[in-house]
Amino acid sequence: MSDAPPKDFGFGEDEAMLRDLARSFLGERFPIETLRDLVCKDSDAVYERGERQAWDEALWKEIVELGWTGLAIPEAAGGVGFKQAGIVGLVEEIGRHALPSPLVATLNASYVLREAEGPGTELWMNRIAAGATASLAITDSRGSWEPADGEITARRDGDDLVLDGSAFFVQDAFKSDFFLTAAQIGDERVLCAVPAESKGLDLSQDHIHDLTRDQATLHLQEVRIPPENVIGPAAEAALLRAWPSILVTVAADLCGCAEWQLQATVEYAKDRKQFDRPIGFFQAVKHPLVNAMMDIDRARSLIYRAASFIDVGDPSSLDAARMAKSAASDAGAFISDRSVQLHGGIGFTWESDVHIFFKRSMHNQSLYGDGVHQRSKIAETMIGPLGK
Amino acid sequence: MPDASLTSEQLEFQQYARQWTAQNPAPAPSVRLPLTPLEVKTAPQIDYLRDWQRRCYEAGLVGTDVPTDYGGHGHNACQSIANRALADAGAPFMVNVVGLTMMVPTVLEHGTEEQKRKFIPGALSAEEIWCQGFSEPGAGSDMANQQTFASRSGDEWVVNGHKVWTSFGHFAKWMILLARTSRDHKYDGLTYFLCPIEGHPGVSVKPLVKMTGETGFNEVFFDDAVIPDALRLDDVGKGWTVAMTTLTFERGAGEGAGGGNSASNPLDKLIQLARGSQRNGQNAADDPVTRDAIVQLAITHEGIRSSSRRARVPALNDHPMRIPLQQKVSSSEFQQRLARLGVDIAGARSTLYKNDSAAPDKGHWPMSYMNTYGMTIAAGSNEIQRNILGERVLGLPKSK
Repeated sequence: MSDAPPKDFGFGEDEAMLRDLARSFLGERFPIETLRDLVCKDSDAVYERGERQAWDEALWKEIVELGWTGLAIPEAAGGVGFKQAGIVGLVEEIGRHALPSPLVATLNASYVLREAEGPGTELWMNRIAAGATASLAITDSRGSWEPADGEITARRDGDDLVLDGSAFFVQDAFKSDFFLTAAQIGDERVLCAVPAESKGLDLSQDHIHDLTRDQATLHLQEVRIPPENVIGPAAEAALLRAWPSILVTVAADLCGCAEWQLQATVEYAKDRKQFDRPIGFFQAVKHPLVNAMMDIDRARSLIYRAASFIDVGDPSSLDAARMAKSAASDAGAFISDRSVQLHGGIGFTWESDVHIFFKRSMHNQSLYGDGVHQRSKIAETMIGPLGK
Repeated sequence: MPDASLTSEQLEFQQYARQWTAQNPAPAPSVRLPLTPLEVKTAPQIDYLRDWQRRCYEAGLVGTDVPTDYGGHGHNACQSIANRALADAGAPFMVNVVGLTMMVPTVLEHGTEEQKRKFIPGALSAEEIWCQGFSEPGAGSDMANQQTFASRSGDEWVVNGHKVWTSFGHFAKWMILLARTSRDHKYDGLTYFLCPIEGHPGVSVKPLVKMTGETGFNEVFFDDAVIPDALRLDDVGKGWTVAMTTLTFERGAGEGAGGGNSASNPLDKLIQLARGSQRNGQNAADDPVTRDAIVQLAITHEGIRSSSRRARVPALNDHPMRIPLQQKVSSSEFQQRLARLGVDIAGARSTLYKNDSAAPDKGHWPMSYMNTYGMTIAAGSNEIQRNILGERVLGLPKSK
């Protein structure tokens, strides 16, 4: 029996302190000019020459020292054991700064490790707590977000497992020290940790529109992993238990991103004059911005609600997180649309910053299922399975 | 289960309120009650609802946080707990909604000691019903454009003018009246009065019929109506400021003095309707487009509720008025979409109105849909609310 989620979502002093620290740290170390210089210097680099998206590794080292990577790892495994409510507060700031980093991917992998059962979990949680990065490699080539739809198989060879197959749409793969994957062996799925330097492992870079992350297909060919890399059985169940945290984390990134888009567009609407007035005077500009604000606020409230459900182990956490992801994806899509449109001609150019957030948001909207996907899942519990 | 964020007083009160509502169900009404206080039409309806409010008041579930000096029960932050307990028990609404949620908080903030003692107890017990006199034919969204004029004559004021959309006007003993006392200043020329209505010489009330065919709204005419200066609330020329206090409560920033309860989950009724309706040869509850529309509304509903909760967590609000000012827009548009979706799901049967025995949910969906325009237009139309949000919260240039 779970406790009732607290009225303040469990967002107390510690959570506010971390959020405020992140806000001032990123505000100082990663202002919009730094982001622009890092990811937008050359418009041909990523899209024409196929270079990998840039990120600031020195800044990342500072972030690791701040302990953000170990937030979702329990204290017993050397982490911080921070509340989900506090983690989403931090991730909102990451989204607001469109920070290229393996933080979200590592948090998402941490959630799965935390929920996995088996002798191997502790070792890999220790590694993340000590600063290692990780990413989930669980998605098939069709982009199915069902945890059981991966394409990697395993066979036993002595004490080792030998892995074959591919995982697609792996987030920030080139920044990851190891990958978590669910490998099919007989009629069982085992959760495995595959270090990036494994022999037979190959990453092929996806050419994506988002400038603030990388993505790849993970190919495994006869990759041999020792017993300590076999984290445990019932990978699917662990993924499913971790799913609410994964959804709410991506939703928080979307929401932070959306708040930046809103504020940037509001500032532009106050500043830009046409017909002798700031364009924000006109209701055709003012009202959509208010609508965007209301969408963002409801999404944000749903994120903290879902986080508080996760923190107390409420059985409806998954639906609560799906609601948050649906609302955040749709709020993100709407403010993205308005941010470009209301910036007018300049908003359509490489020179303006709005496209950076537009693309990060669009990527996140689809990640782990967009609004329609989440709602069709919620309908199964709220209305009932189809045809019954 | 205990809620860690409640004070010991709140926990004790919560236990009491739940117990009282469980042991004291509302008696079965002898007449059909309207869906909201706005459609109260007949004497038996108002009598029943007054009696119910009086009982809740005597039990401490109305006027819960109002000081005992003014007839209240002197609790701290327990009114919302009382409202929740009443809503969970499916209790009827509090009929003196204008008195409880608008007059009481406004008089508590701006009234004299004498005014507080004179007016608050009767409003809490529903002995004296209140109505609101802000809207005029030429002062809807542009509320400061008041033309009803009060001219001073010694210790009295002589009022002439015309108020519209006055809910409860036909049952009200008193009106919170906004009137112009100077033509020199638009905003600073307004003054706020606590004006007698029932049987008062020079005041006449004429019912308006809504598009649904229901009454509930009235027009109120003032023809040389005389009111004593003792019934003026706050200073001459301060009416706009006082009215803003009232509207902050009307638009949902506070708990008022009770009466803001509503059904727990409005989506349930919609899902039931879908299960009993056909679409494209299948159950409407199996139609993916309908399912998506229902879940969208469920998410909006939960989002609005969660925002009310988040508004009370200062660390999660960069601007204190950002959520409170948007709740009226969000919730009225949610209600409108909800009722409209019910009309859509009911299909051919949505054509049947309240007086057709085959109408789904007794004609609730089309009638409720039409009634929601009362919510999107009243209390400052949603277009004006969006101006206020854009200007006061986002800092965009003013429209006027």
